[in-house]
Amino acid sequence: MKALDRPDLIYDSQDRGNLPLAELREALKYRHLIVQLIRRDILTRYKRSVLGIGWTLLNPLGMMLVLTIVFSQIFKFATVYGYPAYVLSGLLAWTFFAQTTNAAMVNLVWGGGLLNRIYIPRASFGLAAIGTGMVNIVLSTIPLLFVMLITQVPIHPSILFLPVSILLLAAFALGVGLLLSTMAVYFPDVAEMYQIVLTAWMYLTPIIYPEEVLPESIRFWVTHLNPMYYMVNIYRIPTYYGRWPTWPEFLAALAIALVALIVGWIVFSNKSDEYAYRI
Amino acid sequence: MLTVSDPKVAVSRLPIGLDEAIHIEKASVQYRVPHERIPTFKEYMIRKLQGKVRHHLFWALKDVNLSVHRGEVFGLIGPNGAGKSTLLKLIARVLRPTEGRVVVRGRVSPLLEMGAGFHAELTGRENVYLNGTILGFTRREIDAKFDHIVDFAELWDFIDAPLRTYSSGMWARLGFAVATDVDPDVLIVDELLSVGDESFQRKSAARIEAFREQGVTILLVSHNMETIASICQRAAWLEHGKLMAVGQVADVVAEYRKNQPH
Repeated sequence: MKALDRPDLIYDSQDRGNLPLAELREALKYRHLIVQLIRRDILTRYKRSVLGIGWTLLNPLGMMLVLTIVFSQIFKFATVYGYPAYVLSGLLAWTFFAQTTNAAMVNLVWGGGLLNRIYIPRASFGLAAIGTGMVNIVLSTIPLLFVMLITQVPIHPSILFLPVSILLLAAFALGVGLLLSTMAVYFPDVAEMYQIVLTAWMYLTPIIYPEEVLPESIRFWVTHLNPMYYMVNIYRIPTYYGRWPTWPEFLAALAIALVALIVGWIVFSNKSDEYAYRI
Repeated sequence: MLTVSDPKVAVSRLPIGLDEAIHIEKASVQYRVPHERIPTFKEYMIRKLQGKVRHHLFWALKDVNLSVHRGEVFGLIGPNGAGKSTLLKLIARVLRPTEGRVVVRGRVSPLLEMGAGFHAELTGRENVYLNGTILGFTRREIDAKFDHIVDFAELWDFIDAPLRTYSSGMWARLGFAVATDVDPDVLIVDELLSVGDESFQRKSAARIEAFREQGVTILLVSHNMETIASICQRAAWLEHGKLMAVGQVADVVAEYRKNQPH
C-alpha cells in the first residue's frame, strides 16, 4: 500500500490553498497530457486529407494570394517592401491569436465532457490550444520566409528574435483565451459574440492595410489603445521590417502579454471549481 | 486516558483516520437549475438588474457522511437519479462539494466512462498514450506498461489502425485495459463489469478480483443486487441525494429492496 501515505496523493476538498498556484502545479504535473492533447489536435486536424500537414503551409499562402490580388489592385497600398510579405506577416500573427483564443474557449466548453468524467487540470485545454497554435505558427513561418525571398524582402539576423515574439504572442493569447473560457462557461453566447468581435478587431488592427493609410484622427486609437497592434508588430518587426525591436516596442508587448496572462490565469483558476458544475 | 497535551492526540488530529481510504463528511452538492433559460448575456444583465434571475436550487447530495476503509469493497446502490454518480464525481475529484468535506487517500482510478478521452481518428497506440496521460501518467510510465495493456486487450493486430475501425467491443476492451493498468489505491467501478464478450468479462472480473486481493479499495456502483451482494462487504443506499442506510451489504440490500415498489 505504497502510495496511500504519500502526502501528495491525499486529496482534501477543503484544502484549497492558493488556486492559481495550485492550478499551475497541476498543469506542470500533467504536462505529458498537454503534449498529448497538442499531438492529437495536430494529427487529427488533417488526418483524412491527402496533403495533411501541408495545409498548415498552404492555408496562409492562399489567404495571402487572395488578399494581394484584391488589395494591390484596388487600394494600391504603399508598404516599405512588397505587399505580399506585409500582409502575410500580419495575417500569421493575427490567425495565431484568433485561432488559439477561440480553440481555448471551445475546447473547454465543448470539450467532449472530459471535464465531467475525470479530474484533469482545467487549464490543460487552454494550454493545449496555445501549444497547437505555436506549432502551426512556427510551421507557417516557413512560407513567410519563402515569400520574403521571392518578393526580395531582405532577411536579417533580427529573425532570431522571432521565438521571443512567438512566446509573447502565446502568453497574450493564453491570457485572453482563459478569460474568454471563464466567460463562456457562464454565458455560452460569448462564443458567438466573439466571432463578431474578432472580425471587427481584425479590421481595426493594421494587418491588411499599413497603419499610414489611417487618417490622423483615428490612428492614435487604432494603434496605441489596441493591444493587438503591439502584438502583431512584435512579430512583424523581426521578419518583415528586418530589424530588432526597440526597447519601448519590446517592453510594451511584454507588459501587455504578462498582464493578460496573469489576469487570465487568476480569474480562470479562481473559478475552476465551477466548470464541472456548469458544463 | 489521554490528555490534550499528549502527543498521541496530535496524531489523531490527522485529517482522517489512517485506515480510511475515503472520508466524506456532511458533503452536499447543489446544482443551480434555471427556471427558464436565459439565452443571452444582455438579457441576463437586464433580468439581473430587475432581480428576475430565478434559479431552482437542487441538492443532488445532501449531508452525506460516509467512511470507506482501506482494502474494502464497498457497494453503492439506489435508483436512477439518487446521486450515486455525483458521489463518485466527488471522490474522483471531478466536483468539489458545495458544502462539507471529501478526503481521499491514494491514487484514484475512475472507471466511470472508460475510453472517454479516445479519439476515433487516432490509432489504438496513440489513444493508449492519450488516455494514459489523461489518467495522470508520464510518457515513460506508459512506455513501460504499453505491451501489457495491449496484451490484456488482445489488440496487437489492430493497434496501429484508427479507432474508428474498431468494433464497440474492441473500443471498450482497450478502454478497460488502459484504465485498469494503473496500480490504483482506490478503484471506482461504475456498472462496468459487462465489457466485451464472455471471455473478456471473465478476464476483467479476474483483474478486479486481483485488485481486491492486493488490498485496493474498490467502490462499486451497480443496479445488479446479486453482483453487489456477492462482491461487496459493506454497502450504502442513496436516494434523492440522501444516505438512507449504510452497513453490512446483506442488510442494506434487504432494506433497499423492502422499500422499492414492485
